[in-house]
Amino acid sequence: MKYTFSFLAVIALVLFAWLGSQIPGMQYLFGVAIPYLAIMIFLGGFVYRVVQWAKSPVPFSIPTTCGQGVSLDFIKQDKLDCPTKTSEVVARMFLEIFAFRSLFRNTKSELHEGPKITYESSKWLWLFALIFHYSFLIVVIRHMRLFLNPVPGWLQTLDFLDAGAALQLGAPLLYATDAALVLGIVLLFGRRLINRQVRYISLANDYFPLFLIFGIATTGILMRYFLRTNIDIISIKELLVGLVTFSPVITAKIGSIFFIHLFLVSTLLIYFPFSKLMHLGGVFMSPTRNMANDSRAKRHINPWNDPTIKPHSYAGYEDEFREFMVENGIPVEKELPPQKDE
Amino acid sequence: MYNKGTIIPGLALFVLFVTFPIWFNGLTTAGDLPKPELPPGGEKQCVMPADYMRANHMRLLNEWRDDVLRDGNREILEIDGKTYRKGLQMACMECHSKKEKFCDSCHIYAAVEPYCWDCHLTPTEAASKEAIH
Repeated sequence: MKYTFSFLAVIALVLFAWLGSQIPGMQYLFGVAIPYLAIMIFLGGFVYRVVQWAKSPVPFSIPTTCGQGVSLDFIKQDKLDCPTKTSEVVARMFLEIFAFRSLFRNTKSELHEGPKITYESSKWLWLFALIFHYSFLIVVIRHMRLFLNPVPGWLQTLDFLDAGAALQLGAPLLYATDAALVLGIVLLFGRRLINRQVRYISLANDYFPLFLIFGIATTGILMRYFLRTNIDIISIKELLVGLVTFSPVITAKIGSIFFIHLFLVSTLLIYFPFSKLMHLGGVFMSPTRNMANDSRAKRHINPWNDPTIKPHSYAGYEDEFREFMVENGIPVEKELPPQKDE
Repeated sequence: MYNKGTIIPGLALFVLFVTFPIWFNGLTTAGDLPKPELPPGGEKQCVMPADYMRANHMRLLNEWRDDVLRDGNREILEIDGKTYRKGLQMACMECHSKKEKFCDSCHIYAAVEPYCWDCHLTPTEAASKEAIH
């Protein structure tokens, strides 16, 4: 099964980090070497992928038009769904990136007796994706408190609001985004299992990031609220600040759950540029989204065109082949010049 | 490469964003580590071993609060011949009397803002209030 393989792969990663980090001296491998390697592969791979995309020519003007295009004066243009100006494209991209507008349009088709097909709005994917992506973003930003010294005030405000949104429950305080992130993953995963069509097209590389991020969230939550043995935030922050100031040290014994968490995050960073997770960069590079629908106003030149190949009109074509065309009885627009007697 | 004018600045912005902690910290300055001051009275014994307290003091305080305020369980704890009343001011701050030098040192470093002090007073604050009234 496609999800069993992904699940077992994540379990294997957890076991590897758990057993590995118990070997004396290996804490530096899991705490320092692998994270450095991971961030370098992440940045290098990300830039490489985007540059590769940027090198690919866009032969045709292919924006997706989802609304009324520019037409006669009394017909209203749908500026967001059929943009013709750069400003409209920017507005469309902004809403796409921050509000996942294209998912909002998702419809579900069903075949009823008759036979009759119906299309019904289906906003679940949009809702789950919003919950997941925004909580993940806040979780990542919140983690900056462990990398920055001194911690800026806005980060503490974010922390306060996040714990406040969960009504300051427990100690350490429960974060609303912790719960929302896990909920988001479970919903997105459940959707892949329950929706037959989506399940049919889901591959191991769709399930793997879900399990991996689920693993990251679970180990993080376990570390914060449950498995607190040897989880001294001060020595952890000392290591993490050390990492970003290029002088990492591990001064105290840190619990295995931390190394598992860090190893899974490193795996995610390494996996990122080579996977579907590159939609982070890809959304900016989609010609169907980032082009203006102005092909009737401006000519889109295919970059593949060889500049040495000149346009060849029909008149020119006929000039070249008139003799042979007449010979074969093909009608021509201009007859052969009258033959001169020699 | 096409659209260099937007893609290169975009990528540069992305790299700056990801490496934010590096340049925020000023490349090589890790800053000072917190040095919590040990009890001025020289006490060596706590309700639990230091390792446990370092990782779990917040949970212990939370349990005490629930015991005392919600269940009315004000049982006096006896640990290694020493008695402790359940409470931040009644137990912890008897020895760790300087919040600013003990609690705050790590909390500021880790950017933790516990809401203990929404209700509790530090011994210094308590003394100044008594002087006023």
